[in-house]
Amino acid sequence: MSILVLAEHHDGHLAEGTAHVVAAARQIAEHSGADIDVLVAGEGVAAIAEAAAGLEGVARVRVADHAVYGHQLAEPLGDLLVALADDYSHVLAAGSTTGKNALPRLAALKGTQQISEIIAVVSADTFKRPVYAGNAIATVQSADALKVITVRPTAFDAVAEGGSASVEAVDTVVDNDLSSFIDEKLAQSDRPELGSAKVVVSGGRGMGNGENFKLLDGVADKLGAAIGASRAAVDAGFVPNDMQVGQTGKIVAPDLYIAVGISGAIQHMAGMKDSKIIVAINKDEEAPIFQVADYGLVGDLFELVPELEKKL
Amino acid sequence: MKVLVAVKRVIDYNVKIRVKPDNSDVDLTNVKMAMNPFCEIAVEEAVRLKEAGTASEVVAVSIGPKAAQEQLRTALALGADRALHVQTDERVESLGAARALAKVVEEEQPELMILGKQAIDSDNNQTGQMLAALTGRPQGTFASAIKVEGDSLEVIREVDGGLQTVSLKLPAIVTTDLRLNEPRYAKLPDIMKAKKKPLETRTPEEMGVEVASQLKLVSVEPPAERQGGVTVGSVDELVDKLKNEAKVIS
Ligand SMILES: Cc1cc2nc3c(=O)[nH]c(=O)nc-3n(C[C@H](O)[C@H](O)[C@H](O)COP(=O)(O)OP(=O)(O)OC[C@H]3O[C@@H](n4cnc5c(N)ncnc54)[C@H](O)[C@@H]3O)c2cc1C
Ligand SMILES: Nc1ncnc2c1ncn2[C@@H]1O[C@H](COP(=O)(O)O)[C@@H](O)[C@H]1O
Repeated sequence: MSILVLAEHHDGHLAEGTAHVVAAARQIAEHSGADIDVLVAGEGVAAIAEAAAGLEGVARVRVADHAVYGHQLAEPLGDLLVALADDYSHVLAAGSTTGKNALPRLAALKGTQQISEIIAVVSADTFKRPVYAGNAIATVQSADALKVITVRPTAFDAVAEGGSASVEAVDTVVDNDLSSFIDEKLAQSDRPELGSAKVVVSGGRGMGNGENFKLLDGVADKLGAAIGASRAAVDAGFVPNDMQVGQTGKIVAPDLYIAVGISGAIQHMAGMKDSKIIVAINKDEEAPIFQVADYGLVGDLFELVPELEKKL
Repeated sequence: MKVLVAVKRVIDYNVKIRVKPDNSDVDLTNVKMAMNPFCEIAVEEAVRLKEAGTASEVVAVSIGPKAAQEQLRTALALGADRALHVQTDERVESLGAARALAKVVEEEQPELMILGKQAIDSDNNQTGQMLAALTGRPQGTFASAIKVEGDSLEVIREVDGGLQTVSLKLPAIVTTDLRLNEPRYAKLPDIMKAKKKPLETRTPEEMGVEVASQLKLVSVEPPAERQGGVTVGSVDELVDKLKNEAKVIS
């Protein structure tokens, strides 16, 4: 039986996360010998399907292109997955808000206990995943006939491009009179996506207010970085929710993470401690963030950040 | 309308956990336990709906060991009207919890059910979505605002790209995100009063539901520790180290 990967896409583009999920699927396939299909569900998604067909290791792209899948609402997406699932041993999606929204519906209707945010494949039925904000790593084994899994993209290196999968239409159309899309306010930014940026500069409560977050722009510009934040900075209204890094926000693992005015609560560290190099700028030398920082700079961020921008 | 809230007993979010020496699980002996923070937000939202006259009754439900009654009493102190405890000593994961909750939904027929988006022990983020699927109801996950509009519910959702607004036909399921509200603390007189509020206990067997986890926990290990680094004395030294030692900038 094959493995199905639900493609992640936004604004007409295949999201980076999909190539990482396919990488996890390939590791499972090494144990089970299965083919990998990618499902692209949405409205007007032909170009996305083409992009998915180019991912290495994908045998077939299945395209469900219909208005009911527009905005990828969980109810129709879940029903579509249920309709297709009998052909598969595993169904995978990114641990994104889209994947988290839809996959548990499939799992529940198939009587399967979903395995959330795997970080390693041990075998076709055994996986590692962080629990308790990443303070423990659980190895879990599923005896369910269908494995429903979300994948932490940062834990798997993306597959390359250069594949040439076949593309086939799926004509299953489900009904949805339960939920409807009203609107969305998406963050507009020229910066790289937080989840896949090579450098991330994050600000916390120490930034003081939203206006001061502009201080981080200069550093981020020089480093081509994405900007993130702690929960405290989001709660205080300094920056929008999509910038929150942590246990219950986004997970990042860039080459360089610079934490500015962030104390280093376990919930924040859960989202960034797999970064290659961590820099902390904080005036409190006792701040827990220094315990994970490769380079700590103790002092007032309002002096140090402008100086850093100048010297980069 | 009747509102059900699901509350889970979990380790207090401030506690740093330890893994048992035999790597069989996390060690929860003598560890401070509390209501899952996202469930506190769920209770708060339900109580606010009642205070606004939108909700007529708030019922708190928990599936877990006897001690989970402490968290149900907390929910009652915060303003829930009655509580239902599904008592079990099994290791319950999201599907088992969702099955038990679906049974309660079938019996109680609430117009709205509010859950946390994620339990901070398993970090699963599944139960609300599963419950919605099992009961055939729409879901508004990761909610940062909800508004009842006649026979539907408008939900603003925190999604990766920003905020999304959806409309759900009631009855519906909502899961809470951090910005939905700021939960209140229980006051002493309310804690006293909560002791007299009704708390019913049942078992999964008599409800006819299977709650034990279908996943085998093979082992639990501590994560790889990060080596603490060095304190640098100046911005110049930092830039030099990033360039020449870590080689992460050019
Ligand atoms: C259920 C739950 C989920 C959570 N999820 C997340 C999550 O996903 N992500 C997350 O980040 N948090 C999360 N939290 C919150 C977390 O527990 C902390 O409260 C939060 O991370 C603190 O943010 P902070 O470090 O910005 O603020 P604080 O802890 O207040 O730290 C501010 C820091 O700024 C420093 N500072 C102040 N002024 C200056 C200055 N002028 N120069 C230099 N340094 C300065 C201070 O020394 C201090 O260390 C969650 C909490 C709960 C209960
Ligand atoms: N054993 C349980 N008892 C009551 N509610 C639960 C239980 N498990 C999960 N929930 C609810 O589901 C939410 C999400 O949990 P999970 O999907 O398991 O991360 C929690 O915040 C609770 O509202």
